[in-house]
Amino acid sequence: MSIYFTKDHEWINVEGNVGTVGITDYAQHALGDVVFVEVPEAGRGLTKGGDAAVVESVKAASEVYSPVSGTVVEGNAALAEQPAMVNEDPEGAAWFFKVELSNPAELDELMDRAAYDAFVAGLE
Amino acid sequence: MSDSETQLLTTPLDSLHRELGAKMVPFAGYSMPVQYPAGVLTEHLHTRAAAGLFDVSHMGQVVIEGDDPAAALEALVPGDVVGLGEGRTRYSVFTDVGGGILDDLMISRLGPNKLFLVVNAACKHADFKHMQDWLAGCSVRMLDDRALLALQGPKAAEAFAAVAPASVGQGFMTIREYDVAGISCLVTRSGYTGEDGFEISVPADRAEELARVLLALEGVKPIGLGARDSLRLEAGLCLYGSDIDRTTSPVEGGIQWIIGKRRREQGGFPGAAVILAQLAEGPRRKRVGVQPDGRAPARAHTEITDLDGNVIGEITSGGFGPSVNGPVAMGYVPAAFAAPGTAVRLMVRGKALDARVVTLPFTPHRYFKG
Repeated sequence: MSIYFTKDHEWINVEGNVGTVGITDYAQHALGDVVFVEVPEAGRGLTKGGDAAVVESVKAASEVYSPVSGTVVEGNAALAEQPAMVNEDPEGAAWFFKVELSNPAELDELMDRAAYDAFVAGLE
Repeated sequence: MSDSETQLLTTPLDSLHRELGAKMVPFAGYSMPVQYPAGVLTEHLHTRAAAGLFDVSHMGQVVIEGDDPAAALEALVPGDVVGLGEGRTRYSVFTDVGGGILDDLMISRLGPNKLFLVVNAACKHADFKHMQDWLAGCSVRMLDDRALLALQGPKAAEAFAAVAPASVGQGFMTIREYDVAGISCLVTRSGYTGEDGFEISVPADRAEELARVLLALEGVKPIGLGARDSLRLEAGLCLYGSDIDRTTSPVEGGIQWIIGKRRREQGGFPGAAVILAQLAEGPRRKRVGVQPDGRAPARAHTEITDLDGNVIGEITSGGFGPSVNGPVAMGYVPAAFAAPGTAVRLMVRGKALDARVVTLPFTPHRYFKG
């Protein structure tokens, strides 16, 4: 099991050939109170860096991009009912979707935890 | 730091906002607090439950003096200013020759020869020039040396009374000059949230002192521009530049109630021909409330379609209403679609979402009726 991060503040936790994707604590903090989430349905094809999900705060709507290419295995239905989970547990229960990787080599282009932390520190 | 950032103006409460942990953003040329650490949602709900303090010092405060400034101002606005009693406040708009809206504003009468106006920050310099050009014989002064604070919410009056005893019983849409915590202020009982409250004009050099006094009152918390916008949207109140502008008339904007009987009969304001014809025949399109059936917010510029997919209008303000606990919006539709209950669709990220035209406001106004 390994976790990777994107510059757009998504995380992907990979187990075997399936990655669980969410947004980082930094992202939820920047967004503010999340009031709406739209997750992709199982079977949808995703491309690395392409639109995958939507997250909206009171003020603004943001896209969540897929960190990898692949096929959606499951969207987190609980998020539609309780979007505030994204603020409470962004890197745990508030995962957005699970994706079956079509090209695991894409993970090499992502950051590990230490690199992401350094990236975020540079933004502040 | 970019050029636009270095050129931003600040309000007299700038250091207080930073001390309170506000997230500052550029707005109408000013660095303004969009939210404090509590966040937009909490700030919004707090204002509806207790009381919120807003810094609106970026807005323009103007005094007009002359022999009969009310009669002079009627050449620029369709509202009844001559009939505005001393100590009374009224909402109005500046119109242009085509019947469009140049700005919306509050007009208060301080005396037979003196009016006090509050205009939008983004329009204040244009408004000022407009008045200087057209109000011949009047002196028009921008009060750059004053700040403006708004105290809003169901507990605002009780909290305010502790430091402003003269505020007790002050009527809705009236203006009075009195001491607040020993500071002479010009106070209107009005606001932009749909709640009871006050807008307090205070000398700039006493503004921070006053804000600290008000923030120390029971139930009062600082509220940013983010919650100010969601509060006014739920209250069905127009944001100039989004819901009304030069392309919309007061009749289309649904604020034709600002045009008094005498003005309807006599005209004599910019765009009267267009506006009076719309009053007589009904406008081609109207501003309405739009309630999405689902949970997805529809933001400004979202296309409104009929059930066959024909584009019929556009959302002008939209988002999530924390008190409604769901998405709320307003926008323009043809008159035939303006009846409450009319089914429409909203094009959000390429999907047609079901929605209905609804009566505004989304949350009932709770103004002081004493």
